[in-house]
Amino acid sequence: MSLQLRARVPERGVELDLAVAGGQTLALIGPNGAGKSTVLSLVAGTLRPARGQVELDGQLLFGERSWTPPHHRRVTTLSQDPVLFPHLTARGNIMFPLRSQGVPRTRARTEAGRWLAELGLEDLADRRPAMLSGGQAQRVAIARALAADPRLLLLDEPMAALDIDVAVTLRGQLRRFLADRTAIIVTHDVLDALTLADHLAVLDEGRVIEQGPTRELLTRPRTAFTASFAGLNLVTGRWEAGAVVLSDGARLPAPGPHPPGQEVHAAFHPSAVQLARTGGIRRTVTALLPHGDLVRVRTADLAADLPPQDIAELRLEPGATVHLVVPREAVTTYEP
Amino acid sequence: MNTLPRWVLLPALLGGLFVLLPLAAMAARVQWSSFGALITSDASLSALRLSVQTSGSSALLCVAVGVPMSVLLARAEFRGLSLLRSLVLLPLVLPPVVGGIALLYTFGRQGLLGRQLEVLGLEIAFSTTAVVLAQTFVALPFLVISLEGALRTAGTRYEVAAASLGARPSRVLLRVTLPLVLPALLSGTVLAFARALGEFGATITFAGSLQGTTRTLPLEIYLQRESDPDAAVALSFLLMIVAVLVIAAARRRVST
Amino acid sequence: MSRLARSFSAAAVVMLLAGGCGGPDDSTSGAEDTVSLQVHAAASLQEPFEELGEAFAAEHDGVDVQFNFAGSSTLVQQIQQGAPADVFASANPENMDKLVEAGLQGSEPVDFTSNTLMIAVPAGNPAGVTDLTSLTEDGLHLVVCAPEVPCGAATETVEQAAGLTFSPVSEEQSVTDVLNKVTSGEADAGLVYVTDVAKAGSAVEGIEFPEAQEAVNIYPITTVKDSENAGLAQEFVDLVSGPAGQEILDGYGFVGR
Repeated sequence: MSLQLRARVPERGVELDLAVAGGQTLALIGPNGAGKSTVLSLVAGTLRPARGQVELDGQLLFGERSWTPPHHRRVTTLSQDPVLFPHLTARGNIMFPLRSQGVPRTRARTEAGRWLAELGLEDLADRRPAMLSGGQAQRVAIARALAADPRLLLLDEPMAALDIDVAVTLRGQLRRFLADRTAIIVTHDVLDALTLADHLAVLDEGRVIEQGPTRELLTRPRTAFTASFAGLNLVTGRWEAGAVVLSDGARLPAPGPHPPGQEVHAAFHPSAVQLARTGGIRRTVTALLPHGDLVRVRTADLAADLPPQDIAELRLEPGATVHLVVPREAVTTYEP
Repeated sequence: MNTLPRWVLLPALLGGLFVLLPLAAMAARVQWSSFGALITSDASLSALRLSVQTSGSSALLCVAVGVPMSVLLARAEFRGLSLLRSLVLLPLVLPPVVGGIALLYTFGRQGLLGRQLEVLGLEIAFSTTAVVLAQTFVALPFLVISLEGALRTAGTRYEVAAASLGARPSRVLLRVTLPLVLPALLSGTVLAFARALGEFGATITFAGSLQGTTRTLPLEIYLQRESDPDAAVALSFLLMIVAVLVIAAARRRVST
Repeated sequence: MSRLARSFSAAAVVMLLAGGCGGPDDSTSGAEDTVSLQVHAAASLQEPFEELGEAFAAEHDGVDVQFNFAGSSTLVQQIQQGAPADVFASANPENMDKLVEAGLQGSEPVDFTSNTLMIAVPAGNPAGVTDLTSLTEDGLHLVVCAPEVPCGAATETVEQAAGLTFSPVSEEQSVTDVLNKVTSGEADAGLVYVTDVAKAGSAVEGIEFPEAQEAVNIYPITTVKDSENAGLAQEFVDLVSGPAGQEILDGYGFVGR
């Protein structure tokens, strides 16, 4: 079973088709304002535009004259704000979706107990949300969302508000729970995408500009946004005699082979980039940023991670010209 | 507290005294030797009983219609909503006597609905029902204004979350929205009760004044003033105590 | 200073005094060029007294007659609490006695007019009321004054004189309230004063009954002690009890002494 999402909402500039295979997770990425959250709101039913239509799996969620209210959609949202009901205990919160679906009180209680155990929350069962830490609250929210047994789970940056170490634990738990559930996750974190999502769709201005299996997309990005999300440099040029020739004539030696003259993408990690006195790819430095032990040297389209000594020795600063070379074996090439 | 300028104490203290001093002055006038006899007279007891009963009924009626009104005003979106809100809150600023006159022309024998009600065998004029109607009319805005404000402050995110978890609208209202604003609902109800308890103008205009039927404590106090000022003072003090008890009880309920 | 500003500052002063537990408030008397005569009169006297006030002002240049119309017992209480008053006209001797007991009369009270009860029914007399006895019929909405107020006391007197027991649907605070219930048609009948029926015009009809003579309501008037305008006050009392005043009062249904 797979879910087909078809959304046409002119007023929001949304026009897209997405497919999520049953039991799989699709990550939605894209620059701010690309329409990721809009898509989630349209599917969840928290946004009701004047015109357009949204179909989920052939069912018209919203169209010219029809509107499926949110509670009939079996679509549950988990956002960075856990939105636990403050007047209910952790257990009461998890029982809520079960009771809403008509599960008898005792069974709902037992089932909520199971979810509490599964997320290691037994000791917190009778606490009110005000007495829970951020991470604990988010775990209760996860249990509650899963207890609703939605046909589609929407995750809107669920870890964005958490400390890094809490996020790590939670990500592990989420991976386990999402393994056999159908979900869409919106994230800015490449780790979320890699850990949780089988597929990736890149949105820009309300449209899907790229989609495919997560690993495939993140190792062989085809758009600048995907490349930067994956932490890779991406250049495009023509294949000529064992190198990618860029539009300015610079040559980037790379493994092939490709037909001569073929347009190819070349991806490489910033840490693989080295500086040369001359030749290579000529760029102007736009910014220098600390990056772990290294310094990230940014240009308009490329980044290089270099040791601070080199930066000091070369007296690099914004505005300076650099010549970038990349070892042949560090480059991946692929056709668009 | 530390950031408060010291001078606010003076006007605050003055305001407090302004409210408390008259109450103390009245308490000082109570004839304690005859207090017991004055407040346990037939007329006093029946007025007290009637006041508590009618105010309780009014408070319940206010909850029954005021909660849906508040929810609509806070959540619905339609043309003329703000106008409607102003109109609904009108009794708040209207002199109660005007309310009484308006009610008379609506539910009175010669009123807009009077004949229809008479056909149904319902006679409102000079009945305890009229007292409850008059009190509800003036008390309703108190509940609506406090509840609507709380609903707006609470926002809709919990309701959105509840719907996303599959809860039908009625369940969202009863299990999420209302529990969230429960303190405001309680204090609004107490306010409405207190307002009903003190209601005078609309009642005397619309319901009349008859011991045991329509003569509530404020009406009894006003009448006793004509012939027995001591009794009026004693009853005023009694009314004050009832009001203080109600507010204190409500405070405790809200804070726990 | 405008009137509003004066009221506001007076209220503020009162609050300050409340804070300081201060003495009596004397900030309300306004100093004006004209002399104003403060007449406290029973509410039932409003129309004839306003007419008398105009007549009095016409004869006295620079004199402005100001009225405070309310229930007689309220007026006595107000005068006792120090409300500025020059003349007091009561709707019954009892309330005048209260004033005298408090030693606040400026001269010996004079009975200047009287009033009797009458049955008032809405125009057309829908319930077919004919006399006092018909007021006891089942289902008839009778409204009277509460026994605590003068018109209620008079009602009890005629009730006893006629040997009847009324079961009113409401015992109102004042005769005006009774009349309002009749004019609005809420009540089928009410017991009010002859003068009230005269005042209500075509909205109500009056039905006389003989027992009314058992409860003739006498109106006394007096000047108030320590009046700043004692002379003028006495002149006003004289006007009211004199032939000109009696003529005006008669025109409103009062019966002179």
